[in-house]
Amino acid sequence: MSILIDRTKRVLVQGITGREGQSRTRLMRGYGTQVVAGVTPGRGGQTVEGVPVFDTVTEAWEHVGPIDISVLFIPAPLVKSAALEAIDAGVKLLVIVPDRVPIYDVLTIARRAKETGARFIGPNTLGVLSPGQGVLGMIGGRAAAAKSWFFPGPVGISSRSGGITTSMAYYLARAGIGATTLVHVGGDAVVGLPHPDVMLEFERDPETKAVVMFGEIGTSQEERVADLIASGAFTKPLIAYIGGKAAQSGTRFSHAGAIVEGGRGTYAGKVARLREVGATVVEEFMELPQATKRVLASL
Amino acid sequence: MARLHEHEGKRLLQEAGIAIPRGRVASQPEEAAAIAQEIVAPVMVKIQAWITGRASVGGIKRAATPAEAEAAARSLLGMQAQGFTVTQVLVEEQLDVAQEFYAGVIVDDREQAPLVMFSSVGGTGIEEIAAQHPQQVAHRHVDIAFGLQDYQARDLVRRTGIHGKLQRQLGALLVKLYQTARRYEARSAEINPLVLTGDGKLYAADCRITVDDYAVFRHPELGIAIAREYNRPPTRLEKLAYQVEADDYRGTFYFIQMAQDFQKGAGYIGFHGAGGGGSMMSMDAILRQGYKVATFVDTSGNPPASKVYRAAKIVLAVGPIDGYFGSGSGVASQEQFYSARGLFKAFLEEQVDVPIVIRLGGNAEDKAVEILESLNGRIPAPVEGYKKDDSPDFCAQRLDTLIKEAAQQPPRPRTQPQHPAPQRPYSFATVTGGTVTLDHAVCATCESKICIQACARHILTLNEAGLPVLNIPLDEAARGKCVECLACEVDCLLYGAGGGHVDLPLPDVD
Repeated sequence: MSILIDRTKRVLVQGITGREGQSRTRLMRGYGTQVVAGVTPGRGGQTVEGVPVFDTVTEAWEHVGPIDISVLFIPAPLVKSAALEAIDAGVKLLVIVPDRVPIYDVLTIARRAKETGARFIGPNTLGVLSPGQGVLGMIGGRAAAAKSWFFPGPVGISSRSGGITTSMAYYLARAGIGATTLVHVGGDAVVGLPHPDVMLEFERDPETKAVVMFGEIGTSQEERVADLIASGAFTKPLIAYIGGKAAQSGTRFSHAGAIVEGGRGTYAGKVARLREVGATVVEEFMELPQATKRVLASL
Repeated sequence: MARLHEHEGKRLLQEAGIAIPRGRVASQPEEAAAIAQEIVAPVMVKIQAWITGRASVGGIKRAATPAEAEAAARSLLGMQAQGFTVTQVLVEEQLDVAQEFYAGVIVDDREQAPLVMFSSVGGTGIEEIAAQHPQQVAHRHVDIAFGLQDYQARDLVRRTGIHGKLQRQLGALLVKLYQTARRYEARSAEINPLVLTGDGKLYAADCRITVDDYAVFRHPELGIAIAREYNRPPTRLEKLAYQVEADDYRGTFYFIQMAQDFQKGAGYIGFHGAGGGGSMMSMDAILRQGYKVATFVDTSGNPPASKVYRAAKIVLAVGPIDGYFGSGSGVASQEQFYSARGLFKAFLEEQVDVPIVIRLGGNAEDKAVEILESLNGRIPAPVEGYKKDDSPDFCAQRLDTLIKEAAQQPPRPRTQPQHPAPQRPYSFATVTGGTVTLDHAVCATCESKICIQACARHILTLNEAGLPVLNIPLDEAARGKCVECLACEVDCLLYGAGGGHVDLPLPDVD
């Protein structure tokens, strides 16, 4: 099993005729993802990697049938419009790959998504990959690399850094530990599916026995994961590493941020809170595979 | 995040209909005196600096007369505030303060919505006040589709125990503050203190607005030169780096200069990461070896070789570093030989003589490391490339070892690479203002014709004479079909006859 992406999901690529859209369509198809259509306004009628291209998402839906997921490779200033288009056409999961999407555009997408029951991963995400099932976005870069780096297993992976998503899964695989799904939640301050939401997905997945998480300073995602553990909503063992220990502390949150968060967001605060609720937090990134092995052995 | 100065933020508030004290900025003491003369009242003289707690560092002074204002400005202009020189002061009327409040708008990542806040007590130490007196602070999220409504704002104020006319005044002000934040896409917009004067009027006595970096492009009217979070003005290299990034949307190049005016042997490393998380982890590894970083750089998101080249050139301009360390997440999805070529070209041109260790793990890492390590013998410095099975700590230790070994050895001679004027140049322009020149006199002697197969976009072909030329129109290459992969220079030098050269100028700043 897996979360978010598997062989059965029907996937659309928005911005399929662009540099990234083309090459990542090749990756996704090569890895086994069912890419059923692409959209680029004004390019309807073409094909990319054998995938039919349409002018609008609704047109694609009318021709190829229901679409479960849309992956966006769209220049940042145009993401809002493309995301709203997919949501309004009825797509329930979006993967927003580009970075530098203006934050109020993200808030607008989030508002519309909540209203319609849609969800989105990113922006600024490398994507999602379920070993042996499918990939959304650009994890692995090439299908051959993705096939050789990752294999199915009992661990869910969630990361706030794209590169770390891949390396964490690779180093775990090298230690003999496979994964159900790898999720890069996205590197921005506001993301559609933050760590806590990913944990709830893994909670529901019977194949996921434990979760490995890469957290970072800033935002309250990791503290909210701790809250889920404390409340019993997330019950699987969690192994975590928090990046940014040595980062300059000169960057100060605004007063407003400090008032609302009340000390959340710091390295020390995140580590303490996660340990308090029983998570395993390692000090060194390269300790993650051994720590995960120990946790799995104790199950 | 792009921070606005107090006087810039106040101008936006004033546009929205929020009252601000009368006044202007001055960059000369005499100007300050003239402004005080116009105001005909006691004034405040405040440094314009992106720091918190300006009063506590002596950056805010009261002046009763124009002469006092001039003296205050003279002492404040040129003062050092957390490593940056004050060049402007705001001279404005002193308010007759009856009461102080706090008003703010931030983007809340948890609810994915703007959050409006009001506190019936304001001034310095607002965080502590909020923690101690939660009943005096009220906040609510705003539905971005409808904006903040007047009744919602008034109810927010009501919850802190304020009634009557003042409640209506404050409610109306909060709506204007929210609209300002929304219009200019502020990550945060705060008025602290928000002053009620003796005659019953509300004034924004101070203001902090931070605009979303990613939205700065939509607001040229704000005149933000660099959409980056610095608590000091950017250095020349930071401006240069920002211009490189602004001129080329492909991939990401993030640059912070961490040190200036340092000496050789002081333990400063040129740090060049790839990817946010991997960069921070790799920087930690080099810090653990006892070094300091002169730069924090992140080139990621599949940048072209040309961008990595320009990044490396800027890192090398930072000063007399003792080593160059490159490392990212270790298992990059992008093909790593593009970065390797960019680094190769920069290190070769600069004839780097301090040890270089680069961790290039990920797709096509074998080819990447082979390109990089071909620098050995071509530059004075030892160069080591590592792959995905090598940890950041191991690589940092290798750099430490190489630096210690280098200290025991006499300096190696530099051999400036020869760039003889091409005899039969074939040239075309690239998308970032570069020029590719293939010297057909050299190409004629080349057996491999490696450029044809190594070219990322396969835009080169052999003409009837068997020489490499574009197979697309010149203007298409210049519009971006040539992705500046640098194969026709680097691979040509390593595996061909060496007739290719790509000139990639750095942008002009200042």
